[in-house]
Amino acid sequence: MAPITTGHYLGLSAALLLIGVAGVLTRRSIVVVLMSIELILNAVNINLIAFSSNSQNVRGQIFAMFIIADAVAEAAVGLGILIALFRNKDTVLADEVDLLKW
Amino acid sequence: MPTTAAETYFPVLVQALLAIVIAAALVSLSFLLGRKVKNSVKDMPYECGIVPTGDARHRFSVKFYLVGMLFILFDIEAIFLYPWAVVYKELKMFGFFEMFTFILLVVAGFFYIWKKGVLDWSHNDPSALRSPAGRVEMRDHHPEEILVAMKR
Amino acid sequence: MPANMAPSSAEILRFLPEIILAVMGTFIMVLDPLVRGKSPKIFGHISILAMLAAIGASIFAYTNPGPAFSGMLMVDGFATFFRVLVLGVGILAVLSSYRFLDRERADTGEYHALILFSLVGQCVMVTANELIMIFIGLEISSIATYVLAGYLRDDKRANEAALKYFLLGSFATAFLLYGVAIIYGITGTTNLSAIRAVLSNTTTAPAGAVVGAAVALMFVGLAFKVSGAPFQIWAPDVYQGAPTPVTAFMSAGPKAAAFAVFLRIFMTAFETVGTGWEPLVWVSALLSMTIGNFAALVQQNIKRMLAYSSIAHAGYVLVALAARSEIGTAAAMFYLAAYAMMNVGAFAVVAHLSGKGERRLSLNDFAGLGVKQPLTAALLTIFLLSFIGVPLTGGFFGKFYIFKAALQSNLVWLTVLGLLNSAVAAYYYLRILVVMYMHEPGEATLAVEPLSFGLSAALILPAIGTFVLGIFPSALLQFADKSSIFGR
Repeated sequence: MAPITTGHYLGLSAALLLIGVAGVLTRRSIVVVLMSIELILNAVNINLIAFSSNSQNVRGQIFAMFIIADAVAEAAVGLGILIALFRNKDTVLADEVDLLKW
Repeated sequence: MPTTAAETYFPVLVQALLAIVIAAALVSLSFLLGRKVKNSVKDMPYECGIVPTGDARHRFSVKFYLVGMLFILFDIEAIFLYPWAVVYKELKMFGFFEMFTFILLVVAGFFYIWKKGVLDWSHNDPSALRSPAGRVEMRDHHPEEILVAMKR
Repeated sequence: MPANMAPSSAEILRFLPEIILAVMGTFIMVLDPLVRGKSPKIFGHISILAMLAAIGASIFAYTNPGPAFSGMLMVDGFATFFRVLVLGVGILAVLSSYRFLDRERADTGEYHALILFSLVGQCVMVTANELIMIFIGLEISSIATYVLAGYLRDDKRANEAALKYFLLGSFATAFLLYGVAIIYGITGTTNLSAIRAVLSNTTTAPAGAVVGAAVALMFVGLAFKVSGAPFQIWAPDVYQGAPTPVTAFMSAGPKAAAFAVFLRIFMTAFETVGTGWEPLVWVSALLSMTIGNFAALVQQNIKRMLAYSSIAHAGYVLVALAARSEIGTAAAMFYLAAYAMMNVGAFAVVAHLSGKGERRLSLNDFAGLGVKQPLTAALLTIFLLSFIGVPLTGGFFGKFYIFKAALQSNLVWLTVLGLLNSAVAAYYYLRILVVMYMHEPGEATLAVEPLSFGLSAALILPAIGTFVLGIFPSALLQFADKSSIFGR
């Protein structure tokens, strides 16, 4: 069996990116959209750490830690906004949030 | 050094086999040697523990979302301690002061949520809690309501 | 590892504006639950003082320019220009929110703390010389702005604006990050100058397709942040739904900071692959101008019209970026300064007129404002004329320098189409003037309250600035020219 190389990690990351993008673009539930965005951020983290270990350069790992912290802050703010919306509108579906258009 | 796939994964196979054998042995031994008693206490989920009080699919108040959110925020702050801990000795006092500043900022955030009454779940005194909307509202929306809304 | 990681005092001085803002923001946040609504105006005063102190610190830091913290930050003329610009926008936004927050009974420390935190992020963005710092600054600024957009929690429009801003904004950030990760992978560094060195070395330069993919991903992320077409969809909804002073803030400050990042990344790190990304910017500039101006023509809601106009103005700045020259960078800097002033001013007038609960936002609500409140109407006229680009206003020289830079880079078609767009734009700005001066006062204008002190300041200061840029443009332009080389 071949060893796992940087290329494998990049493939995994690309797959996660595609799943995430597809999730954001097709799902109706805002909670799932949020999860899909987190998925893309994790794809970025895998990329960074694979590159970091490939080039023996610690910068990518530090970057990944900042992305983790940022993803948490984003999730917290996003859920807060979602709860505020749910209290006023009783929906968490993206296509029912339609007061503002044209 | 293992060279082929079979050699690489052989230890895993041994471990899996050992786990199966030991698990099967323990279950069958207690079945063969143990005394057999049948009563209602025996059928409870936790024979020697807490008496179950209801369904496991319990509804939680939406207050807990706030607590969960704050937990994960403060939890993740800890990841910045790891790289600091690795090079703490080389950074000397400078690293200490930097981390002190960082912790101070986290504590400021903690002080803020504490004074805002987020940690105080027991009472709902509207005058104590202030926010753009007047106060931090603790209206109950249960996860199931959200789930129903998601499925609609 | 270097033996001594501790920064020198010169480096800390170069970072002082951000330190002041962060400390004061935290201070306001902690003070808020202690004071508990006894004297809400104090938070505004504190934040204005903090921003003034930060402007002072920025200018002082420029007396000793240079890198800080192992080259992660670069205090140069460019950074100082944008630091002062975003802080100025912050001051004007806070001045225009006093009356608004009072009216909506929403004057809390959080509002001002969030503005200060957003400004910390913007200052870090414009100073950063490194992709990690740019990302951190961008996120500090964005997350604070997401919350500000939904600040009125019981307003359904604000909820919706915050949600859309948040979802699309974080989606865009994710794209930007993916591009950054690829750049890190192929160059092994995140420092902009080092990336430039790797990309310009023809023997070791990585495969063009990979660089292209990374640049395109980063372009998508940044175009989202500056509301450049075709990634502008969020802007009208968010600008319309957010509280008006917040709209004034986020359509000028974070946008200017995002453009600063755009210029710095694309004109330093990616300058050597410029022929590759120029078409992207070209198309985006044209689409932004066209979509913005033509969609604005049919709007009845004033905030939505200004939102589309802001998309169009992002298009003009992208024209300057497409020029790929130092003159273009200087023109973009000048334009952003002029745009920030007229935009904040115009939104401040809207905040003044809209009334409690922001119900009066239709174009017809401006009917007869010229009779009822001649001063407000006159100030709004100045901003609208600057939007159009009439001589003697900052908007005129902004457009002039941008199209001059575009012509010097042989972007003849883009210049022609841009000028045609400006002509279209004049129609909807003039429509507001006609309603304001030619129509009889309606219900809205009759009910409008007198100008408060904070609002008058938030209107008169940018009006003066618009005239200064329109009559003596050379001082600022010379500074921009000098700063546009990024200390290379």
